[in-house]
Amino acid sequence: MSTMTETSKTSPESQAGGPANAVPLNRTWWERNGRTTSIWAGRAALVVVFVGLWELTGGWLFDISFTSRPSAIWTRLVEWNADGTLWVNSWITLQEIIYGYLLGSFAGALLGFVLASAPTFYKVLDPFIMALYAIPKVALAPLFIVWFGIGMDMKVLLAAVTVFFLVFLNTAAGVREVDRGLIDAVRLMGGGRADIALKVVLPSSMTGMLTGLKVAIPYALIGAVIGELVASNRGLGYLISNSAATFDTAGVFATLVVLSVIAAILNFLVGLLDHRVSRWKPAEARS
Amino acid sequence: MSTLIEVRGLTKRFVKDETGIVALRDFGLEVEKGSFVTVLGRSGCGKSTALNLMSGLLKPTEGTVSYRGDPVTGPRTEISYLTQSDTLMPWRDVRRNIEMPMEISGVSKRERREHAEELIRRVGLTGFERHYPRELSGGMRRRASLARMLAGDPETLLMDEPFGALDAQLRTDLQLELLRLWQGSGKTVVFVTHDIEEALLLGDRVVVLGLLGRRVLDKPIELSRPRDADELRVDPTFVSLHREMTEALREGAR
Ligand SMILES: Nc1ncnc2c1ncn2[C@@H]1O[C@H](COP(=O)(O)OP(=O)(O)OP(=O)(O)O)[C@@H](O)[C@H]1O
Ligand SMILES: [Mg+2]
Repeated sequence: MSTMTETSKTSPESQAGGPANAVPLNRTWWERNGRTTSIWAGRAALVVVFVGLWELTGGWLFDISFTSRPSAIWTRLVEWNADGTLWVNSWITLQEIIYGYLLGSFAGALLGFVLASAPTFYKVLDPFIMALYAIPKVALAPLFIVWFGIGMDMKVLLAAVTVFFLVFLNTAAGVREVDRGLIDAVRLMGGGRADIALKVVLPSSMTGMLTGLKVAIPYALIGAVIGELVASNRGLGYLISNSAATFDTAGVFATLVVLSVIAAILNFLVGLLDHRVSRWKPAEARS
Repeated sequence: MSTLIEVRGLTKRFVKDETGIVALRDFGLEVEKGSFVTVLGRSGCGKSTALNLMSGLLKPTEGTVSYRGDPVTGPRTEISYLTQSDTLMPWRDVRRNIEMPMEISGVSKRERREHAEELIRRVGLTGFERHYPRELSGGMRRRASLARMLAGDPETLLMDEPFGALDAQLRTDLQLELLRLWQGSGKTVVFVTHDIEEALLLGDRVVVLGLLGRRVLDKPIELSRPRDADELRVDPTFVSLHREMTEALREGAR
């Protein structure tokens, strides 16, 4: 004990109950938020310029029946909002995305974790998994129609399959990259297999799993919409193919806008989760 | 005094691609209960490998390690091992890292927290409880590892160059802290270092290893305790021991 009392005599501030090098910054509002503000301002400006150019050039540079124009798209959205088309179809697609995503990511994370924990077994399966992964998922649609009909199930499964591989591969990679030294540390503390799995492998593979969960989001949407494009009578994919079939380009673009809004919201939600789990990483390493 | 750790004919051969790399050959060591043994050796002579084998982390190719007469087949909680590289969990803050051995052995949450606070204070990390390992300096991580090692309340400490990365002042502080912890506690310490002065300052006995863990010198150090670094430097016994160790290290490299 005496030694530490001596240390505190030579450097009292280091024992003062807080890190000695933590100084208040007193930054102005602009210093703290300036960068974020400029980035958002830049994004807003880009949207305004793009939409403005589109609106203005439509009709003389491009043929409206092919490219439509923002005002027409807006009118279509307002109409669809009024007659309920927008909400009914969005809700169908959203359900397919959510169920497909949950099913695929749950199965992918669980299987990735379990299989990668048995390295030899994983090696045996590896070429088969990669072969399945390489199949374009659209190619499965006809088969799924035969198996499950053209209802929602088929879209959910198509989304789930797409999501599954991304989450599975990323989780498995995370598990296999666990630092040996950390596992040894737990063994030295007397920890068994369960401790190693829960206290080292799980948190350490979290980064890989989250990467998988994140990149998989747009793919859930892709899976569901492709399913709808192939065969359906409801959903946003159906709305696109139906609008295109009647040469309603404004309708196609309106649906695309809705799809990107859905994608943005889903991305935002996973971003929140990511932020919570990776607090331990230095700021630079966070995306 | 009785022999606590007994190492016999230990050989470790690593397999890399199609070649075998011998890291340790026919290594032997007996450690008395309650003693403080320092192990000196040049880089690459197999010190870390020897500790890995003694801790039960690695399995020997040949030979045996026994602890209290039982053969060591895997890690055991009475032996705590501070490895050469940091193995703090990057997703746990300092306090939760230090609590980890207690968590595994099932100590209650309140007790864990109290004991961790006490250890944090001892290694001088007060104020950094909520910092993650990446937010600490190398020396601070080392101190956190040391605290975590002590949290398991081990009876034997294996330490691999624990204070290598610290500044001289802090190094002295922690050396004294370690001695204070060891003296009269009946704990046994095997301390690996490449610093002759540190070896002489701490050890009851110094073992100098040469290539492949060949024991070049094994000598009890009879300097009286407490040993003060500044006084020792001009002590004729110390000076001659120092010269002997330097000679042995040079000899070991051949
Ligand atoms: N996992 C491994 N695979 C192959 N070779 C290894 C492995 N671990 C150690 N070695 C080899 O064994 C020898 C001894 O290594 P070891 O880490 O025990 O040395 P050391 O005495 O601790 O050195 P230092 O003082 O630099 O830490 C080295 O030549 C090293 O290349
Ligand atoms: Mg070493």
